[in-house]
Amino acid sequence: MKVNEYELTDDLFEESGKAFEEKRITSRPSSTFMKDSWLRLRKNKGAFTGLILIILIMFLAAFGPYMNSHGFDEQDLTRTNLPPKVPVLENLSFLGVSGVDIRGTDQYAAKEVPDYYWFGTDDLGRDLWTRIWQGTRISLYIAFLAATLDLVIGVAYGSISAYYGGRIDNVMQRIIEVLMGIPNLIVVILLILILKPGIMSITLAMVITGWVSMARIVRGQVLKLKGQEFVLASRTLGAKDKNLIWGHLIPNSLGPIIITTMFTIPTAIFTEAFLSFIGLGLQPPIASLGMIVNDGFKMLKIYPHMLMFSSVIISLIMISFNLLGDGLRDSFDPKMKK
Amino acid sequence: MMGKILSVDDLHISFDTYDGEVRAVRGVTFDLYKGETLAVVGESGSGKSVMSKSIMGLIPKPSGRIVNGTITYQDRDITKMSNKEIRGLRGSEISIIFQDPMSSLNPTMTINNQILEGILAHQKITRKEAEKKVISLLELVGISNASERVKQYPHQFSGGMQQRVVIAMALACNPAILIADEPTTALDVTVQAQVLELLKDIQKKMDTSIIFITHDLGVVANIADRVAVMYAGKVVEIGRTDEVFYNPQHPYTKGLLAAMPDLTIDQEELQTIPGSPPNLLYPPPGDAFALRNEQALKIDFLHEPPMFKVSETHSAATWLLHEKASKVTKLLEEKQQLEKAISDQVPKKEIGKEKILEVKDLKQHFKGGKNSVIKAVDGLSFDIYEGETFGLVGESGCGKSTTGRTLVRLYDATSGEVFFKGVDIHKKNALNLNKDIQMIFQDPYSSLNPRWTVADIIAEGMDIHGLYTSKANRMEKVYELLKTVGLAEEHANRYPHEFSGGQRQRIGIARALAVDPKFIIADEPISALDVSIQAQITNLLKKLQKEKNLTYLFIAHDLSMVKYISDRVGVMYQGKLVEVAASDELYDNPLHPYTKSLLSAIPVPDPEVEKKRIRIPKGKWTIDSEEYKLREITEGHWVACTEDEVDSYRTKSDAPAVLV
Repeated sequence: MKVNEYELTDDLFEESGKAFEEKRITSRPSSTFMKDSWLRLRKNKGAFTGLILIILIMFLAAFGPYMNSHGFDEQDLTRTNLPPKVPVLENLSFLGVSGVDIRGTDQYAAKEVPDYYWFGTDDLGRDLWTRIWQGTRISLYIAFLAATLDLVIGVAYGSISAYYGGRIDNVMQRIIEVLMGIPNLIVVILLILILKPGIMSITLAMVITGWVSMARIVRGQVLKLKGQEFVLASRTLGAKDKNLIWGHLIPNSLGPIIITTMFTIPTAIFTEAFLSFIGLGLQPPIASLGMIVNDGFKMLKIYPHMLMFSSVIISLIMISFNLLGDGLRDSFDPKMKK
Repeated sequence: MMGKILSVDDLHISFDTYDGEVRAVRGVTFDLYKGETLAVVGESGSGKSVMSKSIMGLIPKPSGRIVNGTITYQDRDITKMSNKEIRGLRGSEISIIFQDPMSSLNPTMTINNQILEGILAHQKITRKEAEKKVISLLELVGISNASERVKQYPHQFSGGMQQRVVIAMALACNPAILIADEPTTALDVTVQAQVLELLKDIQKKMDTSIIFITHDLGVVANIADRVAVMYAGKVVEIGRTDEVFYNPQHPYTKGLLAAMPDLTIDQEELQTIPGSPPNLLYPPPGDAFALRNEQALKIDFLHEPPMFKVSETHSAATWLLHEKASKVTKLLEEKQQLEKAISDQVPKKEIGKEKILEVKDLKQHFKGGKNSVIKAVDGLSFDIYEGETFGLVGESGCGKSTTGRTLVRLYDATSGEVFFKGVDIHKKNALNLNKDIQMIFQDPYSSLNPRWTVADIIAEGMDIHGLYTSKANRMEKVYELLKTVGLAEEHANRYPHEFSGGQRQRIGIARALAVDPKFIIADEPISALDVSIQAQITNLLKKLQKEKNLTYLFIAHDLSMVKYISDRVGVMYQGKLVEVAASDELYDNPLHPYTKSLLSAIPVPDPEVEKKRIRIPKGKWTIDSEEYKLREITEGHWVACTEDEVDSYRTKSDAPAVLV
């Protein structure tokens, strides 16, 4: 047999004498599950945009109200219903922030107001910029509180129910089914009738039914995991229930848990806005996004700016949390790994 | 030999992944002749399945693509056919049988409709005629009472019967080529033997060409006319079955054949192929096997060997066959003979007289819903002596895994007693018990927590029992364990997904060893691994037993491995032991009809033996009577039988062995 491409010299046909070496796996840096997930998340443009938007909105919610000298409940009937006016940008008339309302009159000149109101004012003359960021802060606060409570109750309930199984699981699941059977809105209305409307009672109303979906997801995960051989191995080593749940079961369900929480937050913000909108939410003078939408809605045709800014912010929050949640789901999914 | 029916020429298939191009098939060339069975063997990831799917046009797109090469069937190139043309081919000309019969049948369709589908799609006959054909097909594949059973759904059939239905489906349009992709891997040995017989029978009747893909060399010896050995996406050796088995040329083929335990002789250590197959993302230059070949030539690392002809029908891709290599070949042969002479001297193992484990009438019943009880383990009694390996074999569902799990108290036994060193395990302090009895699990992929580092996984037992004095001491112990199981120190900070199956199984073994157990239950520890890796793990287990004086309960369905590793073997059937004997005695002189049929079903990697094999069908015996229990026939050889049968067994046991 002749091989053209290279010369076959005699010395090539000697034993190489190379002993077998187990290949060292140094070619790839050791990466943890979390690091891998973060790398995948960063590659996802939508999720990354969502993350940046969330950070921006949180920053404004924290510092926005202090950016001008107006208080969120400062009323002044001489400056009611002013359209938005922003320095510098006011010269670009197409942006609609020059203080001119939809009928074409410059309200600032007409009412002789020297200040700038970046988002305009409402029907009581309160500065909308301050109120909207104050409202965002409260909405986010309620959402995070509700999501955290959901997380704690749901994870505890779900993992206990699945881990012990049998009769305990049976009873615990029936309780969940009863809770699921009652319409959410009725529970909320009843609670708010008993308790005074406020941040705590709204949060409570949302948590009372909200943790159920988390509990179900955690239960499913734990049921799947507890029959796996690494859990059995741990049991044969003599691990206690506590070690098993905290060491093996919950860390391996973290992906779905984080994702569910990410989707709970926008839902909670929307529920709060919705409750405030139908008048069951927070009471004036406290601002929340839902209440500002409600106020603006009444005068939509005359002063559209009042509805516009608040609803845009609600939408941005919802979209960015959903984008991030979506991206997290993909990045935690081990099937996405090569 | 008859005419060519299919020829594959220089086929290259690649998959595009995140990390780059995985070259799954790298230049495969072979011909398939009419009426023959060509077996394709190789480890997982060798590209054998991908290659066979490409013949059916089943490469998943867009990630997979055929880079180069032709597949010629009846003067047409399958790689260039349109989807419509391929559809015409599938089922009618070329059909395929997949590994898992359960998932290849639609659970919501009756058998009749499923088979009918294919017939009506390809043949212009009326529904009535087609239905008649379905029944005759089912009769052909050996399903009795076919006209009744066609109306049933897949779940009403057993695993073996389901695979028969799948075969009937594949045969519905008299295909010229049948591709069988590991059709018996998911089945028990006795069922596997039946399916293999069926395939051979059908081939005789219908003159079909079969491409049989498997990793089991025993099955190959049983069914194949020719064998193609694949490694790292290439055919490294191809030839008639007897040529490849008795005169292997490629070092990989030689290694594979040597790694299989030989039932006929005693071996101290199995020969192994070190390491694991290469990652086809970065295919190595030269001979892909050179990295794992300790006798590789220098040229193997530089240039890819072409196919050298050994005979008209036999060729292999190795530089050893080049004329300039003749000097080296002689040298290597001498070396091997020398090694063989050394390894043939087997020192006999000393086994203690002390009972380490006594199981008395163990029962494990599970509630099966609606007042039914599943008797997974039903009255099991056996003893295990210190330092021995007790093998437990049986078909899937016979309760062998449940027995193992009950012994480590993963389940609480329904009734019966288990004494560990004379103490009842159900009364003993559970924590101490967990230190003395440990378990090695089957699936190396699910038995390690993916979120923990290897060091934490191995040290888990030490954490629980407080077996170290300081953090540094803990790491020291972990390093020592890693070394014991053949891994390196730097593996400690890695996560499980970075390891191959064999390495993961080593980590699992290290975890079990961490608490210094006396007794280890190995629940099918090698059945999920490739052949060359199986031998590595088996050798490791044997070595550890010698060094640490361990006692094993070795649970498996692979009887040849059990015979190799065990001192005594128990055969289980439907939750009961039917025969217990020293492993050589059991294999040479099986008495119980079930053991006989089980042994006659194991395929041996030796074509000559396979040709002479007579399979003994499962006999009938009453198992459910009080009288029926384990009785000692000859010393140390126990068989489940009634009082009356004892004498007949005794006379039989003097007769010479029936099996080869």
